[in-house]
Formats: sequence, structure tokens, C-alpha cells
Amino acid sequence: MTTPARPTPVFEYAPAPESRSIVDIAPSYGLFVDGEFVDGTGEPFKTVNPATEEVLTEVSTASEADVDRAVRAARRAFEKVWGPMRPADRGKYLFRIARLLQERAREFAVLESLDNGKPIRESRDVDVPLAAAHFFYHAGWADKLEHAGLGPAPKPLGVAGQVIPWNFPLLMLAWKVAPALATGNTVVLKPAETTPLTALLFAEVCRQADLPAGVVNIVTGAGDTGRAVVEHGDVDKVAFTGSTDVGRSIARAVAGTRKKLTLELGGKAANIVFDDAPVDQAVEGIVQGIFFNQGHVCCAGSRLLVQESIHDEVIASLQRRIGTLRVGDPLDKNTDIGAINSAEQLARIRELSDIGEAEGAQRWQPACELPARGYWFPPTVFTDVSPAHRIARDEVFGPVLSVLTFRTPDEAVAKANNSTYGLSAGIWSEKGSRILKIADQLRAGVVWANTFNKFDPTSPFGGYKQSGYGREGGRHGLAAYLKGADQ
Amino acid sequence: MIGNDRLAVRKTYKLYVNGAFPRSESGRTYEVTDAKGHFLANISRASRKDARDAVVAARAAFPKWSGATAYNRGQVLYRVAEVMEGRHVQFCEEVAAGEGLSSSKARAAVDAAIDRWVWYAGWTDKLASVLGGANPVAGPYFDFSLPEPTGVVAVLAPQQSSLLGLVSVLAPVLATGCTAVVVTSEERPIPAVTLGEVLATSDVPGGVVNLLTGAAEELGPWLAEHADVDAIDLTGAPTGRAMEFEREAAGTIKRVVRPPATEPDWTADPGLSRMTPFLETKTVWHPMGV
Amino acid sequence: MTHVLEPDALPGATPAVHAPLPPYDDVTRSDAAFRAFLHGLPGVDQVGAEARAAQLGTRSIKTTSKAWAIDTAISMVDLTTLEGADTPGKVRSLAAKARQPDPSDPSCPQVAAVCVYGDLAGVAREALEGTGIHVAAVATAFPSGRASRSVKIADVRDAVDNGADEIDMVIDRGAFLTGRYLDVYEEIVAVKEACGDAHLKVILETGELKTLDNVRRASWIAMLAGGDFIKTSTGKVTPAATLPVGLVMLEAVRDFRIATGRQIGFKPAGGIKTTKDAVKHLVMINETAGPDWLDPDWFRFGASSLLNDLLLQRQKLRTGHYSGPDYVTVD
Repeated sequence: MTTPARPTPVFEYAPAPESRSIVDIAPSYGLFVDGEFVDGTGEPFKTVNPATEEVLTEVSTASEADVDRAVRAARRAFEKVWGPMRPADRGKYLFRIARLLQERAREFAVLESLDNGKPIRESRDVDVPLAAAHFFYHAGWADKLEHAGLGPAPKPLGVAGQVIPWNFPLLMLAWKVAPALATGNTVVLKPAETTPLTALLFAEVCRQADLPAGVVNIVTGAGDTGRAVVEHGDVDKVAFTGSTDVGRSIARAVAGTRKKLTLELGGKAANIVFDDAPVDQAVEGIVQGIFFNQGHVCCAGSRLLVQESIHDEVIASLQRRIGTLRVGDPLDKNTDIGAINSAEQLARIRELSDIGEAEGAQRWQPACELPARGYWFPPTVFTDVSPAHRIARDEVFGPVLSVLTFRTPDEAVAKANNSTYGLSAGIWSEKGSRILKIADQLRAGVVWANTFNKFDPTSPFGGYKQSGYGREGGRHGLAAYLKGADQ
Repeated sequence: MIGNDRLAVRKTYKLYVNGAFPRSESGRTYEVTDAKGHFLANISRASRKDARDAVVAARAAFPKWSGATAYNRGQVLYRVAEVMEGRHVQFCEEVAAGEGLSSSKARAAVDAAIDRWVWYAGWTDKLASVLGGANPVAGPYFDFSLPEPTGVVAVLAPQQSSLLGLVSVLAPVLATGCTAVVVTSEERPIPAVTLGEVLATSDVPGGVVNLLTGAAEELGPWLAEHADVDAIDLTGAPTGRAMEFEREAAGTIKRVVRPPATEPDWTADPGLSRMTPFLETKTVWHPMGV
Repeated sequence: MTHVLEPDALPGATPAVHAPLPPYDDVTRSDAAFRAFLHGLPGVDQVGAEARAAQLGTRSIKTTSKAWAIDTAISMVDLTTLEGADTPGKVRSLAAKARQPDPSDPSCPQVAAVCVYGDLAGVAREALEGTGIHVAAVATAFPSGRASRSVKIADVRDAVDNGADEIDMVIDRGAFLTGRYLDVYEEIVAVKEACGDAHLKVILETGELKTLDNVRRASWIAMLAGGDFIKTSTGKVTPAATLPVGLVMLEAVRDFRIATGRQIGFKPAGGIKTTKDAVKHLVMINETAGPDWLDPDWFRFGASSLLNDLLLQRQKLRTGHYSGPDYVTVD
């Protein structure tokens, strides 16, 4: 009898692509205004799949006149339909939307990965379920606002102008639209220029849910369209997520108006690892902190602050772990790191990384093959980074980790807070009292202790300092959309 | 003073910065008159450098003040009200003169100011329970949110209501745990100077409150642009300048309280509206496992 | 006079019967030192470990990878029967299946070992003569381990004498949970000595240790004491081989090799019933300890019903249609 040969000990994962056939991308898309898809009057633009540079479709640009039409539709809907509607019914529409997002989850996930470049594992397991959860959560608030501790009879503001970024296109839409609608406002939302498609699919969901016309309006386009939304005289509320630079110009633009403003801007989070940390979970948290969504995350843990006594051990462990990350086709279910969202962003990541090297930091990247076409950047770790280096101060918004060290808790806090940003921070330690003390001292809106990059609709999110103001999520997030709400 | 030939001891009115009473580094003063235009006093006219020094003092005082227990801050603020009460007569005279009020109206304003201060003193150890809480996240995590003071707050105090208005904008800033740089009413600064003396002789640490007499017109832009100021209250901004100050404040993403169209009725219940703009919400996550 | 914190560490105290490999050769010098060492190992955050294990479980293993994984898994099975009702007939039947798991397909690999109680090791040895399939026997008063050390040692010797070339021992969980780590360690050392040339798998019975911190500490005790494999469970206690437990044990063998140069094997046992479960474990080895462990010399599945599911899946891949229980053998 022959003994069959043992299999060779190489475990290659065969491609496991999610089927693209579930999405049906039209050759061109218009704006969604007053319940209808209409052509924009601006110059249309193309949106590409960043993993292949393939043009996915052409999308309308909303001109100032188009934005005006959208705002007027939103105003009408606010005054005639959505405002007067029984709160419980508003809630039911949101529940419907939540369910539809769940039912069409796979479609949204595939479309998001195609348009954004993020791995299907994340769009499937994070973006889309969380977006649905946000609608579920806020649906329940619609008829309970008087119990929210935000005044006895909270009133909506009116029309909300919302501008969202390209890193979590559908999820950021949900963060903006769900609380606005639950509190009785109507919205004009501008998705990012490079990732408009899931917002337009969401428009279809609004129609499917029979949401009254004009309650949600989607205007696509670039910066000019966003400016038109923000500066429109009949907008009562502006909500923006994006870069601190644009946030500044929006704050300037709304100065002196009655518009209520919330800003969720950049970050340069410190992820602090103490010598008593649960090291394996800390390494996971570091990886999750900086490589989740290619590092295109405002709250990314981009500054690793590791206690000197365990620096070498942690870095060795981290490098070994990074070696197992799978970079490539976003639609492959085994991909951990997808494509950089745009050529422009890739250029910025390259530039800052080159500066990091020029300033004397040590660049490390795992051996990893990148696809020939598309926008790619390998997971990157810079060691020997000093607080004076630009990669320790500027937001890279890419899969680039800067490693700094500290010796004492005081030094860790001082270095962590030494930033003009203050969005998030991480702490890794097995000592409870230390965690609470450090969490108290960190000037950041979200502190993840022994975990990182966790989000939930019940949990308020937002920054200190130049990371913005206002909170999204939880009871706190409602205040941004209510008149005279105390918080 | 008929029947009394004693020569009065006149007071030199100075700034209150970092727990001390300096003159303006510029050496400038200006005349303040009562509501009828009679001379009341020479007042220091704070300069941009005084504002700068005040911000440095407020920043330095922030860690200790914000780090104190809420109970302790409440005690310290209540003590301020006690000392104010001791100066009741003086405040009434100053408010009456500066605002041109009858003595009974001045008295009502001073009463309300002291009561408002007591009201805010009692808020320090309630804010976290009212504004914070546990968030029931969908996972094995304990997640809670707490309010924290934003940092250094620049306050352009109301121009009309020289004590009640001032207390109404200053006390909430202190109750949250922030430190303050206040530009007082330009034409009615005297109750503010007296309040500075109250603060100096109570238990409020130096630098927690800094009072600059002078022109909001002049100091506003410096404070709005100052990179180490976290928030600005434009309530007392000169007419027509608030938009410009707000624009300048945007440079460092300051939290801004816009001015009302006209000076509000300061006796109205303020609710939380003057504290929440100066509070950040911090959310902390921790896994729950064995 | 120098103040001595640990009297046991003084020269003249009873030397440990077996010194662990450097750089850990002094950690067993006293109870206190050993405790300090074990409690100084990095903690394990349960939620983080579970999240990581779950994430690894989402890997999508299809087509050629799946075929490879199924054959690899079959070759790693310790085909097990550990019942009071076991008989020579039952063991012979199991041995036949071990040699030829799928009678309809000679290309199917054979399993790694047959695992039985010590008294039946001889039956298994005879039935597997010339196959290269190992005979594993559980010993040391399996599954509770509640017997005096001499009885346990005798149990091991008996199994080895009967022809077992692998011994699956249980640690003294009672001693572990009361903090008598050195007792646990010394017992493993003694059992290892009694094993002679037989390979020693040390069962931690993680379902009784409860916390992942304990799993990590017990793994280190077993590795330092000279165990060749660390194994999760007896199969008699639930939960048994969960993915988070496996993750922590794989981290332990990975870290131990980095520190000492010695590779230790890992065997999850109990509760792994489906091909899906098995593939998740293979993914976890691949991405935690590394491909060096993807070999029956370094990884085993302690299982009985798993094999039939692997065979059904294998038939499905080969034929393209779903199979059924009548197409695999009962044992």
C-alpha cells in the first residue's frame, strides 16, 4: 500500500472574490433632488475604482443653482411634510431605511468597496452594518426627543447642509442623515467627489422607503458644490466631516450667520502602550488602529507611543503581524488592506513618508506585492520618530505608523497631548487605575482603552481642539440638530 | 461729603491678572463716568500684551482648576458668593452709578448676581451626571461619556449689565472647570474690578480668572486669534464686530458663543446654555472580560 | 549578611529535577520565583483575543485552498475513542479507519494517530503496525488527573509498555488553581521522564482554567517542563478547544520558540466537529504561530466525528455534489 504524500506546508489562500454582479452601476448618475433623479447643470465628473483605475460611471455636478433647488426642496419638505409629521411616523421611515440597508447590505458593501477601495471585509462587517445600526438607533429617538434631556419641547432647526468625506462614504452619510431626520430636519447632503455612489444608492433606498420627496436631497460634486451647500442662505445647520483646513474655511463661512455648526475634523491620535500591556492584543490594536481602512481614518492611531522598556519586543511582534496582512483586491474576502482612495491621496502619503525618511526616521515595510494598476501603498512603520518630525505631527491619512517612545506615564501624556488635534487616543495597560488616570488626562474626545477604532451609534464621537466640535452619536449627537438644545 | 472734611482716599483701578493687580503694561488709562456723565475713576486700559499675559496665566491655572474635584470647585465658587455678599453695599453703589439704576433696581441686580453665582457653584458636581452617562454599545465594552472643560475661555463680557451680566457669563465658565480671560464692560468696568478683589480674597487660585478692563474692540481680535485660547464668548462684542471675531476664531477651530442680537434679560433662567459650549464630551471605551 | 528574599534559592536547597531551557533556566528555582515569572507574562485581554480569533474565522478558504486544507487536516487528526465502553474491537475498527479514512478514495491521506486509553494501546499498536500512524494513549488518571503521582506515573509506564509512542497527560488543575505552579511543573517533568522516548502532550483542560491568563500560564508551565505538545482539553469538559484558547496557546508556542529555539506542538481537542472549524484552526496556526506548525509533527486535531465531516467535504470537492453520511464509514 502506498502512503499518500503529505501535503506541503504552504497555506496559500486562493482568491475569494465577492461577486460584483450584485451591483448594477448605471453609465451616468444625476442628483437626487425633491425625490427625483435629475441631471446637474455643472460639468459631470467621473468616479473611478481606485483598485484598478477603471472608470465606474459619470456623475453630475451640482451647480449653485442645483444646490439652491435642493435647499428649496428641503425647505418645502421641512415646512409641509417632515416638520408637521407625527414623530412616530418619522421614526417609522427611519426604521424602514434601516431595514432596507440591511436587506441590500451586500449590494452596498460591494459598491462601497468598488468606489472607495476599502476591503470588502470591512465594508461588509463594519461600514454597512454600522450605517444600518445608526438608522435603527435614531429611528427610536424620533418620538422620544422630549425625554432626551435637551429641553422640554425640542424643535428641529430646519434644513441641514451636510458635507461628508470619502473614507466612510455610507457610514458618514448615516452619521449625518439619521440624527438630522430623527430630530425632524430635512437634509441636503454632498458626498465626496471620489465616492458618490453609495449615497446615490441610498437615494434609491429613500425612494424604496417612500420617504417623502425633498426630505433627503443628494447633491454630488467637488469643493464648489460643498461651498454652495455650506454658504446657502436658507440652510439652518451645517455639519461637516473632513480635513481641518476645510473645516476652518467652513467655520469662517458660517461666521456671523444663524447656522449651527458641527465639525468633525482631522486627528493624530496617540496609541499609548505601557509595559504591562496585554501585548498580543495591543499589537492587534495597533494594527487595527492604523491599518483599518488603509489608515484613511480621522481617529487612526497614527502615533504609537510605546514604553521604552518594551519597544523592541512590541516592534518585533508588530512587524511579524504586519507580515500577515494581505494587501490587494478590495473585493477579495481575505484582503486586509485595500487601495488608497485616490491618486491625490497616494501622492500625499508618499510625500509625507519621503519627508519622514529625509528627516531621519527609519522606514519599514513588509515584503508585499502590490497590484500593478490602481493606487496602492504598503503598510508602513516608521521607527526612531521624534516629536519634531512631520510624520509625528501631520495627519498622513494613510497606512503609515509613526513610533515614538516614552519612559514614564507623565511623559506619555505630555507627548500624546502635544498636538493641535484631539480626536482620539488609545491606552494599553492591565492596570485599571492607571487607565482611568491617563484617560482623564488625555485631551481627546474618544479614548479607547485596551481596544481601538470601535464605533457605536449610542456612543458620542467627536474631537477636542482642532479636531472639531460637536458630537455625533448618542444622546449628545441629537443636540446638534435641535433648537436651543443645551448641549 | 458735607459735614465731613476728611479728604477721600481715591482708588487706582487696575487689571486682575494671575492673581495680582497689575497696571496695564502699556501704562494707558481711561476715564470712566457714571450714567450721568460724571467722572467716576481712571481705569487701566488693557493692551494686547496684557491679554497675552492673561492667557498665559489662564493656561497655567487650567490643569489644577480643571483637575480639582467638582466638590472642591463648588466650595471655592460658593466662597466667592460669600465674599460678594460682604461687598453687597459696595456692589450696589457701583452698579447704581455705572448703570444709572435706582438703588432698589441696583440692589435687585446685585442680589440676582450673587444668587446666580451660588446657582453655578452648585452645578459643579452635577454636570457629569446630567451631561454624562453610560452608552449601551453593542459589544462587550463598558463605554461612558463625561463632560470635561474645554480649556481657556476668552469672554467678552456684556457691555450693559456690569455685574449680573458679568457674573452670568463668567460663573458658568468657572463651574465647568475652564479658566477665563474676561474683557469687562468698557464703560461700566467698576463692578468687575471689585469682583476681581472678591476673587483675590476668596479661594479661587490665581490665573483662573483674569479681568481686563478696556475695549473689547481692541482686545477681541487678539483673543479670537490667540492659538492658545480654546473658546470665545462674543456676548459683549462691539456691534458689527462679532462676525469678524468669529472668523478669526475659526483659524484654530475655537468654540464660539455668538452674541445675541440685543443684550438679553440676564434675570432669565440660563439653563445649561452657558456651560455646554465650554464642555467637551470625552467618551471612554474599555472591554469587559475576565 | 545579605537579606535573602527567597530561602529556596539558596545553594544547598533541593535542586529542581529538570531545569527549563535558557533563558528560563532559573525561573523554577522557587515557588515564589515561578509564580513571579508566570504572573509576569503579558496579560491576555479576553475581548481582544476573542475578537482576533473571530476575525481569523472570517477568512474565506475556497477551491484549491480548501482542498489543501482538508487533506492537511485529515493528516493531522488524532482519531480518538475515549469511552468506558471501548473494546479491542472498537479500537481495531478505528485503526482501520485511520489507515484508510475513505475506502472509496485511496488518495485520501491517513490520519496522524489513534488515541485510546492506555490499556488498549497494545491493540492499537498491533492494528497500526507498519503504517507510520502513531499510537497515542491518555494517561495520568485521565480525565480528572485526581490520583497520587505514583499512580499517574505507573499509568504512563503502562501505556508506554503497551506500545503507545505518544502520551496525552492531564495537568493537576487543582494544584494550578490553588497556585501550586511548581507542583504542576514537577509532575509534568516526572511524567516526561516516565515517557522515555514517547512524545508527551500536556492537556491543560482549559475549560477548567477559565481565564485566558490561566491558559497562557499553564501553557508556559507545560513548555518549560519539557512537554512536546500542549493540548487544550480532554474532551470531557465543555468548553473545550475554542478558537480564543487556541489563539493564546499558539501565541505561547510561538513566543517560546522565539525565546528558546525549541518548537512545541499544539493540539486542540474536543468540540472541533466540522471542516469549517478545522479550517479556522489551520488559518489561525498559519497567521499566529506560522506555517512551520502546519505539519502533523507540530499540530494535531483531537477528534472523532471531525474526520467524517472532512471526508464528506472532500467528496463534495472531488465529485462536485453534496455527499451524505452513508458514504462515509461509521466507527
